[in-house]
Amino acid sequence: MKLKLKVWRQKNAKDKGQFELFDIEASEHMSFLEMMDVLNEQLIEKKKEPVAFEHDCREGICGACSMVINGQPHGPQQGTTTCQLHMRHFKDGDTIAVEPWRAKAFPIIKDLVVDRSAFDHIIQAGGFVSVNTGQAQDGNAIPIEKTQASKAFDAAACIGCGACVAACPNASAMLFTAAKIAHLGLMPQGKIEENQRVLSMVKKMDDEGFGKCSNTGACEVECPKEISIANIARMNRKYMAATLASDKK
Amino acid sequence: MSLTGLFLISFLLIHLLGNLALLKPDGGVAFNLYTEFMSNNPLIQLVSKLLYFSILLHAIQGIIIYFSNRSAKGQRYAVKTSKNTSFASRNMALLGTLILAFIFLHMGDFWYNLKFNPESIPMVTIDGVQYKDAYHKVVTSFSNPLIVGAYLIGVLTLGLHLWHGFQSAFQTLGLNHSKYTPIIQSTGRIFSVLITIGFAMIPAIIFFKNM
Ligand code: HEM
Ligand code: SF4
Ligand code: FES
Repeated sequence: MKLKLKVWRQKNAKDKGQFELFDIEASEHMSFLEMMDVLNEQLIEKKKEPVAFEHDCREGICGACSMVINGQPHGPQQGTTTCQLHMRHFKDGDTIAVEPWRAKAFPIIKDLVVDRSAFDHIIQAGGFVSVNTGQAQDGNAIPIEKTQASKAFDAAACIGCGACVAACPNASAMLFTAAKIAHLGLMPQGKIEENQRVLSMVKKMDDEGFGKCSNTGACEVECPKEISIANIARMNRKYMAATLASDKK
Repeated sequence: MSLTGLFLISFLLIHLLGNLALLKPDGGVAFNLYTEFMSNNPLIQLVSKLLYFSILLHAIQGIIIYFSNRSAKGQRYAVKTSKNTSFASRNMALLGTLILAFIFLHMGDFWYNLKFNPESIPMVTIDGVQYKDAYHKVVTSFSNPLIVGAYLIGVLTLGLHLWHGFQSAFQTLGLNHSKYTPIIQSTGRIFSVLITIGFAMIPAIIFFKNM
């Protein structure tokens, strides 16, 4: 299949950046990243600068492959990362626009690569649980109710890719933060710090410069792991309760 | 945002039910008595102050959030998609600003004239007592096609704002549950449609009756 690619090129955070057009021949069996590899091989052969993009696992679990494809983070296929998106979802002759995640809190490093350290800072603010030192506890020692465990597992599926922020017209990080808070807080091991966790992670999220949620729901639609916005409501609830219960004046 | 929004929603319901008196074919008796009651009852007067305050707070907060979110987003995408959000949810600030403009128009025409410009309102005698003929004022305004048009646009804007806003307020307050959220969402949609039809119907019917 013959495609026209419109790829965002930007030397560094300060550069203004612009689109560059490429013609490319791809097979529908390729993944989107393999198609980008073909593009880069062509560029390298012509002694031009290849397009910088992030990738690691290429199996939908690391969250590295951030690209906005025709206006949608990770492209048109629901519940799928860019690395798992196949070219058969496009038609011969299509023009495909590829842009980086857009959010002030995710500054562009180069081309399609953005700096997602802000997410790490949110995790550092509260993404941990207290455990006893000494010998590891038996895996089955703490009983967990099944529906609770399933909800925690669904939230834990978040791969920290940032598509929620990229999709959000407000660049809000509520879905990511809420997923982490639910995944830890729903388990008995994570209950100990729950109040403190929700307060610190939400504060960090605001300090990092993410926008405020207006419930457009774009995050839930674009999330490759289909994390539900019910987690956001849960976070709002826990945040209100924790604020009321807090010792801080 | 959510609390003021929900308060304004409850006001809309009462406001619509009261205004339905305009459609009673009694030459305005019911509506004039209702207006008289509303402008003299101390509790209603207190609630109306709270209402003005809520509208301003809601609007100011909404506009502040809108600008801070715009700056948090920074550069926008060159290719935009409408696949992942509803029209209403994307345009809450624009819809809200139009509603605010409409509220000023609406209050400037009725509330201001009734309260501060009584000479412009004729008097009417009901059961031997003199009342301001608010009904006459409404009918006069609603015989002007421009005013009726502005109302239809204003009300449609409000309906769209509520289409997203109603369920959004519950989500903001942390109420999302597999059992209740579908009910809240359909109630919100039915409410938005009923409010739109209800408020659009009043000027439209009065306009056509007096053509
Ligand atoms: C009778 C009039 C109005 C009603 C019933 C109403 C109702 C609502 C409700 C229920 C919400 C959802 C709140 C939430 O999710 O937390 C909302 C959001 C919003 N409203 Fe209004 N509103 C009205 C007028 C206005 C006006 C006059 C403005 C501004 C000029 C405005 C601007 C906004 C904005 C920007 C939002 C989105 C805020 C966010 O959640 O980020 N609204 N409104
Ligand atoms: S919530 Fe979904 S979109 Fe957001 S970071 Fe996690 S996996 Fe990615
Ligand atoms: S490269 Fe790991 S999720 Fe796509």
